[in-house]
Amino acid sequence: MSNEHILPFSLVEGNDDDAVLDQAALWLGEGRKVALATVVRTWGSGPRPAGSHLVVESGGDFMGSVSGGCIEAAVITEAKEVIAEGKPRTLDFGVSDAEAWDVGLACGGAIRIYVEPLI
Amino acid sequence: MRHELFRELQELRRRREPVALVTDLRDGAQALFVPGKGGLPGTLALSDEQSAAIAGMLHQSVSGPLDEILFVRSYAAPWTLLVVGAVHIAQFLAPMARLAGFDVTLIDPRRAFAAEHRFPGLDLIVGWPDEVMEQTAPPTRQTAVVTLAHDPKIDDPALFAALRSPAFYVGALGSARSHAKRVERLTAAGFGPADIARIAAPIGLDLGGRAPAEIAVSVLAEVVGARYGRQRVPR
Repeated sequence: MSNEHILPFSLVEGNDDDAVLDQAALWLGEGRKVALATVVRTWGSGPRPAGSHLVVESGGDFMGSVSGGCIEAAVITEAKEVIAEGKPRTLDFGVSDAEAWDVGLACGGAIRIYVEPLI
Repeated sequence: MRHELFRELQELRRRREPVALVTDLRDGAQALFVPGKGGLPGTLALSDEQSAAIAGMLHQSVSGPLDEILFVRSYAAPWTLLVVGAVHIAQFLAPMARLAGFDVTLIDPRRAFAAEHRFPGLDLIVGWPDEVMEQTAPPTRQTAVVTLAHDPKIDDPALFAALRSPAFYVGALGSARSHAKRVERLTAAGFGPADIARIAAPIGLDLGGRAPAEIAVSVLAEVVGARYGRQRVPR
C-alpha cells in the first residue's frame, strides 16, 4: 500500500502543525517570502480553535486553515500585504462585521486572526 | 516572527520538546517558552506569574489569550500510538493515525511484516515489543498501545509492558473468546482485575465494519475518544 499517491505528501509525513510549519520552512529555504496566520481568539461557534495556522507565500500558495474555508481567501489577500509591508496585523471577522458577511463567516461566530511575516 | 526564532521553534518541535510561542499582539514581540528552562531566544520578557500560567496552558495543550495583550500558542509533545503487529490492519491504522496527529511507531519481531515497503515513511522497529517498550519506546501518559498481531507470543509481552506503563489507552484485537483466554494468561502472570480492565477488548468502537480500513477507523476513533477522556461503552 503506498499512500503517497493518494494523500498530499506533507500530510502523510506528519500531523497538521508539522505540515503547516514544515511547509513554511521549505518555502523560506527556497528564498520565498512567507506569512503565518494564526487564530488567536474565537467567540461563539468559531470553526477552528485558537492556535490554528494558515501559512501563505507571496505568490498566494497556502497550506493549513484558519476557518475551514469561509474566510481563507480574505486572509490570504491580507497575508500578501503583510509580506509586502513586513509588519504584523490583526484581523477580525464576525457577524457584526459587514465585510465578514461578504466573505461568508456564516457559522455565527467571530474570530480574531494574527498575521505575521516570517522575516 | 524572526527567522532565528522560527528555526528554534522547529528544532524544539523536531526534538519532541513541548514549547509555547508567546506573542505580544500590540507590537509583535515574541518569546519561546519551554517549561523549566529560562533564557530562551526572543524579545519578550515574561514574569514568573506569566510563566506559570503559560506552563499550565502548555500542559493542557491549550492555545489562546493569556490576557488582553499576550497570545500563547502551545505546541505540546505529540500524542503517540504504538502499534504492535505490523499486520494488514496496521497498514491502514498507521497512516490514518498519522493524519490524526499521532506519532506512530510499529513494532513487530517479524522482519517480513515490519518491512519498509509495507509502511512507507513510517517508523518501524523490528524487535520483541516488551524489549522495545522497555528500552526504545517507553509508553508515557501521552501514549496509546494497540496490539494487532493476533498472536499471544507477540501481543502478550506487549500487553504486559503496556499495563506496567501509564499509557492512556491499551487495546487488544481479538474476539471476546480470545480475550477470555488472554485474561486467564494475564491473571496467571500476576495481573489483577484493575490492570486487566484497562484493556479495551474487543478493540475499537462497535461500528459493524469488518474490512481492515473499517476496523482501523473503529480503533482510531476509540483512541481519540480516550485521548479526550471519553469512557469506553461496554459491549
